[in-house]
Amino acid sequence: MATDFSFPDTAAKTAAMPNEFESGKMSLSMGPSHPSTHGVLRIQFELDGEMVTKADPVVGYLHRGDEKIAENMTYNQFVPYTDRLDYIAPLANNMAYAIAVERLANLQVPPRCQAIRVITAEMARISSHLMGLGAYGIDVGAWTVFMYCFQEREKLYKLFEELTGARFTTSYTRIGGLQRDVPAGWTQQVDAFCDQFLPILDEILGLLSRNKIFLDRTTDIGVISRADAIAYGLTGPNLRGSGMAMDLRKDRPYSGYEQYEFDVPVGAQGDCYDRYLCRGEEMKQSVRILQQAVKNFPGGDWYAKDARKIFAPPKDKILTSMEELINNFMIVTEGPQMPAGEVYFEAENPKGVLGFYIVSKGGGVPWRLKIRSPSFCNLSILPKLCVGHLVSDVVSILGSLDFVMGECDR
Amino acid sequence: MLTRMTTDVDLATAVNLQSPSATPRASLDCPAWNVLPADVRAVLSRLRDTQGFDFLMDVTAVDWSAEKSPRFTVVWHLYSSTRHTYVRLAADCASNTEPAMPSATGLWPGANWHEREIFDMFGIKFDDHPDLRRILMWDAYPYFPLRKGFPLAGLPAELSDPDITAETGTGLISAPMAGGPFVATPGGPMSEAEPRAKDEAWNEQRAKPV
Repeated sequence: MATDFSFPDTAAKTAAMPNEFESGKMSLSMGPSHPSTHGVLRIQFELDGEMVTKADPVVGYLHRGDEKIAENMTYNQFVPYTDRLDYIAPLANNMAYAIAVERLANLQVPPRCQAIRVITAEMARISSHLMGLGAYGIDVGAWTVFMYCFQEREKLYKLFEELTGARFTTSYTRIGGLQRDVPAGWTQQVDAFCDQFLPILDEILGLLSRNKIFLDRTTDIGVISRADAIAYGLTGPNLRGSGMAMDLRKDRPYSGYEQYEFDVPVGAQGDCYDRYLCRGEEMKQSVRILQQAVKNFPGGDWYAKDARKIFAPPKDKILTSMEELINNFMIVTEGPQMPAGEVYFEAENPKGVLGFYIVSKGGGVPWRLKIRSPSFCNLSILPKLCVGHLVSDVVSILGSLDFVMGECDR
Repeated sequence: MLTRMTTDVDLATAVNLQSPSATPRASLDCPAWNVLPADVRAVLSRLRDTQGFDFLMDVTAVDWSAEKSPRFTVVWHLYSSTRHTYVRLAADCASNTEPAMPSATGLWPGANWHEREIFDMFGIKFDDHPDLRRILMWDAYPYFPLRKGFPLAGLPAELSDPDITAETGTGLISAPMAGGPFVATPGGPMSEAEPRAKDEAWNEQRAKPV
């Protein structure tokens, strides 16, 4: 059956376009739905042959106005929106946001709550790096890695589901505590996961680390000098890959990170391969943290008990006591009551440093909430980084930066 | 551990040397100063070069609402990888209608995208910025969404591509649910502040904008 397709607009557009070959340069738009741009990133290239001479990233395709939304919500209502920033590691975002608001309220959470948050954040880091590693493997032509990574990631997601009731959009933290305590036997399952994960991780990394094709695609590609990484505000494994040992978990410990022993891996060259190595090693360090946290898992409260007007009282109290009922009503309707002031808190997330700048005029709704997203900053180096590389190397560079557009565009 | 940090003497000297009019700014965490827009670049570069604040972590702006003057404040957060501390600088834009601020792209290339975002969301122009375009919204977008007067539901606008507008005859419409049924607003009486459906674009009292 013959169908007559006609594309008048496309034809007219093409005819109207200036001849791009006249200057010897060609323009190429990569994305926003290109598989190697990991989401909706578009890069407008100017090419000389296959060599990139200019790169202009176009971001914003996933802009949902999260900061505007935050100005119209109570603090707790915004927790689910933090899931959708770095949606590969929602638990880490939940924690960063909760701590930022708790700093505003000058509120301390008990050790058990801190430990649970650390465990979830480190599990989120492993799951995020597994995702990044698997996708990177595909980008440079290694399918198997993806399968191995997703098998392990699935085990983590089962644990997330058991803890939070959701696999992806966890919304697990509350201001001053958590949605619920860990279920019985859950920490033992985390420990069991760690034990079986380490040998598998070695196996996964063994598929790539000395792989000739992988080495050819990543070594000396996308080299970021230490000075450049700092100047562009790169953070996380992208910064550490360039030889800068900056990790806020070490430098400015939050949520009790000072109790755990772990190392901060750094790269030597700052190329794609170094960033890959850093992520691989970080997963092992996360396992170390997990094992320590599970071993010394504190008892006691899992939410700040004295946080009246901030953390909702237990359900049985709400149903039986007038005082608690009123408290709960006020927290739900007016939001957790915060003092006026400004705070800026940054957490070391899998993708880099996630920051929240909160301006409060008091009450249950922030006046301004700014999200400093690591992916946004990490991508800002692309115009400099891509120039001089082949288009196929750009795929390798993008994969090694391990960004997520939900967070970049907010 | 959250403590109200005492203002570091060296830091204060460094800021005051470059900007004698700098005043300490109320802050719940890190040391903070208000500086004049004209002094911003000098203070930033001094903090970077002599005090070890090597990272420009974040640049953002705050709109204090149309009734307030100065209306816009630009805020910089610096981090020192050696001291492991932050410092916050803030500068009020001189004009409420044509807000402008010196650009920090000469000091940190990473400021480029942050400043483009502020221009995109607040309409604050950065002097000497090499490439001040919108970044999250498209170039022809007519509004500055993070200004306080801009409704949560959005405002009708032309689509980004004139071809699509011509072909479909449609444009960008406000969100029908005005950002969902559970929307809270800061301050005001409780009936206003509590989370409920508040269609800011149009409702019984307010006609749909044309």
